[in-house]
Amino acid sequence: MATQTSSHKQFLANLKRYYTFYTGGFVAFVVLVGILEQMGVPNKILGYMFLFATIALYAGIGFMSKTSDVGEYYVAGRRVPALFNGMATGADWMSAASFIGMAGTLYLSGYDGLAFVLGWTGGYCLVALFLAPYLRKFGQFTIPDFLGARFGGHLPRFIGVVAAITCSFTYVIAQIYGVGLITARFTGLEFEIGVFVGLAGILVCSFLGGMKAVTWTQVAQYIILIVAYMIPVVWLSVKHTGNPIPQISAYSTALPQVTALEKEFNDKATVKGAAEETVRAIFRERAAVADAKLKGLEAGKDAYLAEEKAKVAAKVADLKAATPPADPKAIEAAEKALKDFPVDVAAAKAAWTKDKGIGARAAPVKAHAEPFPATGKTPEEVEKNRSIAKKNFLALVMCLMVGTAALPHILMRYYTTPSVHEARVSVFWSLFFIFLLYFTAPALAILAKYEVYSSLVGSSFSALPAWVSNWAAVDKTLMSISDINKDGIVQLAEIVIGGDLIVLATPEIAGLPYVISGLVAAGGLAAALSTADGLLLTIANAMSHDLYYKMIDPNASTIRRLAVSKGLLVVVALVAAYVTSLKPGDILFLVGAAFSLAASAFFPALVCGVFWRRANYFGAVLGMTLGLGVCAYYMYMTYPFFGVNAPKWWDMNPIAAGTFGIPVGFLGVIIGSLITKAPSQEIQEMVDNVRYPSLDGTVSAGSAGH
Amino acid sequence: MQLTERHKQYWNINLRITGILLAIWFVATFVMGWYARELNEITFLGPLGFYMSAQGSLIIYVLIIWYYARYMNNLDKEYGVHEGELE
Repeated sequence: MATQTSSHKQFLANLKRYYTFYTGGFVAFVVLVGILEQMGVPNKILGYMFLFATIALYAGIGFMSKTSDVGEYYVAGRRVPALFNGMATGADWMSAASFIGMAGTLYLSGYDGLAFVLGWTGGYCLVALFLAPYLRKFGQFTIPDFLGARFGGHLPRFIGVVAAITCSFTYVIAQIYGVGLITARFTGLEFEIGVFVGLAGILVCSFLGGMKAVTWTQVAQYIILIVAYMIPVVWLSVKHTGNPIPQISAYSTALPQVTALEKEFNDKATVKGAAEETVRAIFRERAAVADAKLKGLEAGKDAYLAEEKAKVAAKVADLKAATPPADPKAIEAAEKALKDFPVDVAAAKAAWTKDKGIGARAAPVKAHAEPFPATGKTPEEVEKNRSIAKKNFLALVMCLMVGTAALPHILMRYYTTPSVHEARVSVFWSLFFIFLLYFTAPALAILAKYEVYSSLVGSSFSALPAWVSNWAAVDKTLMSISDINKDGIVQLAEIVIGGDLIVLATPEIAGLPYVISGLVAAGGLAAALSTADGLLLTIANAMSHDLYYKMIDPNASTIRRLAVSKGLLVVVALVAAYVTSLKPGDILFLVGAAFSLAASAFFPALVCGVFWRRANYFGAVLGMTLGLGVCAYYMYMTYPFFGVNAPKWWDMNPIAAGTFGIPVGFLGVIIGSLITKAPSQEIQEMVDNVRYPSLDGTVSAGSAGH
Repeated sequence: MQLTERHKQYWNINLRITGILLAIWFVATFVMGWYARELNEITFLGPLGFYMSAQGSLIIYVLIIWYYARYMNNLDKEYGVHEGELE
């Protein structure tokens, strides 16, 4: 024991030294790129440098961690210290959606967006209290392993495999999408090529060394992503408020001013409010015109369409024949309108419905800090809508939290610590490192809003800030701005911002050089790659370890098991990249769906498995199937994508389908267990064994070599 | 192996601390969320309801997990169910 203790300490000390050197080296690299920028090296080259240097770094770590030992491959040899497992979990957890999307979501939806902040942090309380220490004591390789051992028989394990693959695959598509997007944006490569370049980085790492390589790469990725996130935000905070702590300055200085400006924009009696009103009036008018056309179309069908087309054609003719000659631009615009005129009734309906949607931009500014804003024609209706909003907010928070405590790629990480105690401490470090980013995102959203409301609004169209014109030129979906009311001054209603802009443009808003933009892209890439790594490994392990080794060929040799696992990893990665390149539906919904599905399938069975000795085979099978079934059924019935659009149950949005799946899952486990006989003595003893870190004073090393 | 009374006591204490911390978690999340509009009337680093969901509750979560790890480590030692000296 004494030698083990000192070697563990030595290992920890070495790790700290390596990663300190590594961080120093990375900072030196950033400084070097900064110097190159000052020397006039073009931005595109700098972008490539960041992309290839970081991917080469991850590949290098992956190569150094190559292994052919099963315990090393599946659970990193169970010697990852709490602190480092915390960082690895942080990187595993924080995806492209957290890094790039979170602050933007908060910018656009204010308080309502906080459901994600709360859900994705508070879930770790459930991990700490209900799962991590017990899973570590159990000490196998995967989550289906626990289900298989605790409930006996192949069926619980098999359902676990299906659920693990379903939710991890849904989630990994969102990650690879993020990888492609970032690579494309910062290097100018095609989206599809970007996907495969990123994929190469993912594979080189996990292919050679499995969990061991993924763990040490994720630690490196965490360091890059947190540095990349913090630098621009701190700078922005200093610039605006003189306070280097954005998490304080945003609330004490920026938020009151944002709130005051929101009131001003909505008050027609003020100068700014009156200007906003002129823009909104134009939007309302356009929406009304579109609405009238839609009604006409409904009544007159093809005849009405022909009539409208004739009007547009007449306008072109009038303009051309006018004396004095009309403005050539006006003629061009009229000709374009004629050329783009909808070809049939269906196209016209789609186009005009879209035009009518512009009316939404005439709505008053939403108050950033107001929870559950609601509108309605009568006070009762407002109250009713508000209570629906509140209910959905809290339900979403719950689904995200329980889902956090049920996603296999996260739970699996707690198998890798050296002991139960370290597993508990490790959850603390995990949340701490995640918290660093998640409590900065709301502050960044407020600071960015303050910049837009106070500097951009009211500035002149002839002298827009550089970051606005740059981004408007790059991507209209992220930044689009036009002088609707032709007064030459920017009004808030004239700006449309895409959520992802907030993080991507922060370095420029803060007036930092391009090197920091490159750093932010590297951070986003690290976030997406690390999560994709963990997810792909989970899927490949579920198939190779649970399906192949445990269920199909229990006599397979170690070499064969690892070969199968690595082969599957490549196949899964390629399939995932292929599906991603098809650009399937709504990414945010996919992510939310993964959480609700995981929460309904795993959480009840896992928790009952530890805390209720009486839970048995039939209970687990019933609970998992019903939970997963109800959740998937509700999503299918209510999510517009599937086209069923059945009435919602208690006005619950499909993204929070776990609200029904989780309780049904618990009921299934309880009823199923009670109507069949108690589990065997052997299994009950296993439950006892899992509940105590050690019944004989030794560290349970798990069965790393078996 | 047969569990002793002391083992059962350890588990009961574990359940109790888990329950207490879970209650705090519940209040910090759902009670605060339910009354977010009312809490916004109070000002603490901005409107309190907003602040809690953006930052306050997160700090409570970190503390819950930190306290649980520390408490259980001591409890393990007190009841002799800790693992060898690995740290």
